[in-house]
Amino acid sequence: MDATKKTELKKLACKVRMGVIEGTFNAKSGHPGGSLSIADIVTYLYFEEMKVDPKNPLWEDRDRFVLSKGHTAPALYSALALKGFFSFDLIKTLRKPDSILQGHPSMRYTPGVDMSTGSLGQGISAAVGMALGAKLKGKDFRVYTALGDGEIEEGQVWEAAMFAGNHKLDNLVAVIDYNNLQIDGSLDEVNSPCPIDEKFAAFGWNVIVINGHCFNEIDEAFKKAKEFKGKPTCIVAKTVKGKGVSFMEDKCDWHGSAPNAEQYEQAMKELGDALVALEV
Amino acid sequence: MADVIKCATRDAYGKALKALGERDDIIVLDADLAKATKTIVFKKEFPDKFIDAGIAEGNMMGVAAGLSTVGYTVFASSFAMFSAGRAFEQVRNSIAYPKLNVKIGATHAGISVGEDGASHQCCEDIALMRSIPNMVIINPADDVEAYQAVLAAADFEGPVYMRFGRLAVPRVNAEDYKFELGKGVTLRDGKDVTIVATGLMVNEALIAAEELKAEGIDARVINIHTIKPIDKDILFKAAKETGAVVTAEEHSVIGGLGSAVTEVLSELCPVPVLRLGVEDTFGKSGPAVELLKIFGLDAKHIAEKARAAVKLK
Repeated sequence: MDATKKTELKKLACKVRMGVIEGTFNAKSGHPGGSLSIADIVTYLYFEEMKVDPKNPLWEDRDRFVLSKGHTAPALYSALALKGFFSFDLIKTLRKPDSILQGHPSMRYTPGVDMSTGSLGQGISAAVGMALGAKLKGKDFRVYTALGDGEIEEGQVWEAAMFAGNHKLDNLVAVIDYNNLQIDGSLDEVNSPCPIDEKFAAFGWNVIVINGHCFNEIDEAFKKAKEFKGKPTCIVAKTVKGKGVSFMEDKCDWHGSAPNAEQYEQAMKELGDALVALEV
Repeated sequence: MADVIKCATRDAYGKALKALGERDDIIVLDADLAKATKTIVFKKEFPDKFIDAGIAEGNMMGVAAGLSTVGYTVFASSFAMFSAGRAFEQVRNSIAYPKLNVKIGATHAGISVGEDGASHQCCEDIALMRSIPNMVIINPADDVEAYQAVLAAADFEGPVYMRFGRLAVPRVNAEDYKFELGKGVTLRDGKDVTIVATGLMVNEALIAAEELKAEGIDARVINIHTIKPIDKDILFKAAKETGAVVTAEEHSVIGGLGSAVTEVLSELCPVPVLRLGVEDTFGKSGPAVELLKIFGLDAKHIAEKARAAVKLK
């Protein structure tokens, strides 16, 4: 990936993160930690990888993205807004009664959202159905889904993984946001699904392990996934929960709590400074 | 009565799917029960449009949802216990909440599963599905109605739960019967009491009405095949004109047809309503026909309820 493109993506990811802070602060609730850890992946998907058209969100041949870890909707909404599906100002209405931005993604409320999610473990099944549908219809669109590392403790994930492996859905990519933290603590302290890579490999997937904050590695992984035939690809993205906001990084307490005014100011300053640094 | 045709509604499901198979948009899913749910009839004819999701009903519902988002009309099939029960939350969150075009073909509903016993005798599915917004629920009385209901569901845009039985049941509708989604059917007029029945209890209601006639009780019989949205008009009219109602269903008395009818009538036209169904208990093993009698799901018990309802007027 060339340097200009990489800087561009970094700037966009920074704006996505600002949207996450803006949204959760105004909502006084939400899930900043996991939204920040998946921000780079979501940015890459919407600004480099996926064929989508903000003017025609229901375009039949578009690539699809299912945010199976639906609680990190603020990252998705920010990326969709920056892409032009709706005004970025709406991020401030997140989780409010008249908003098009529900607490968890809803395809009936928000243009650009391809599947309603939020109940963990369910999104991947829908993504598998979309990928199967593409194969059955002879369409070449691709399907992407992102899951939390805690989310894969849900049994349904493995039902879906088995199905996708058996059906050789090589038009499907599942990204595991491997930040090692869930609500009640670290994966080890709760109910570790590790080793994640070996499990997906055993279910018939092509597995790639990357640093989920490095655009070179993200770029390489998605390119490899596209070239790989005969198996779905699982990208295990090692990430940092709360990435980009110093006091949120690697703290499971930031899974589901919003910043207060002071924390909001600090987070926005840090992200603003990072953005300025990227401009020069 | 010797020449009454008997057929299980699940057989009609398989036949109707086969009839729909020529349509490009139809996909049928099953969870390793194709021989029992009768989706095998479709599979034999259209193997490329049949997907076996294996013993993983939760994922099957999600895959059905995903397929529907790319333009398919999807029929997802399993037993009622695993469709409405095990996969309840997938049906709620992945199908009904986004209002996707998925039809759930749930066979082996109720006590008439028979020998397999309580673990497989789902008497809660209507209650579960009725509680979900956007869900349409159809419980056909016989194979003629079941066949047409499947075709109607395929033409309806949105989620539909279709409840079918394992047991071969007497046909109550004529070949030229026209199914209309959401419309109750008055099968027999009457002025003293109304029997509102669904599924295999419709035939029993007709027998009960004959029995009551001999005693001088003129019973109306209404078939409610669409439990949600329910036909309020036909219920209101019946309550107003007959002054007493009995409901009859092969389902728990909690949350099913009886609940739906009482909810409507308590608001629109309060009259005595007596509910016949599976009392708040689990089923058990035994031959289906015997079990129906043991659990009081027959004409005799409907007639008893009707007599009691008339006395409450």
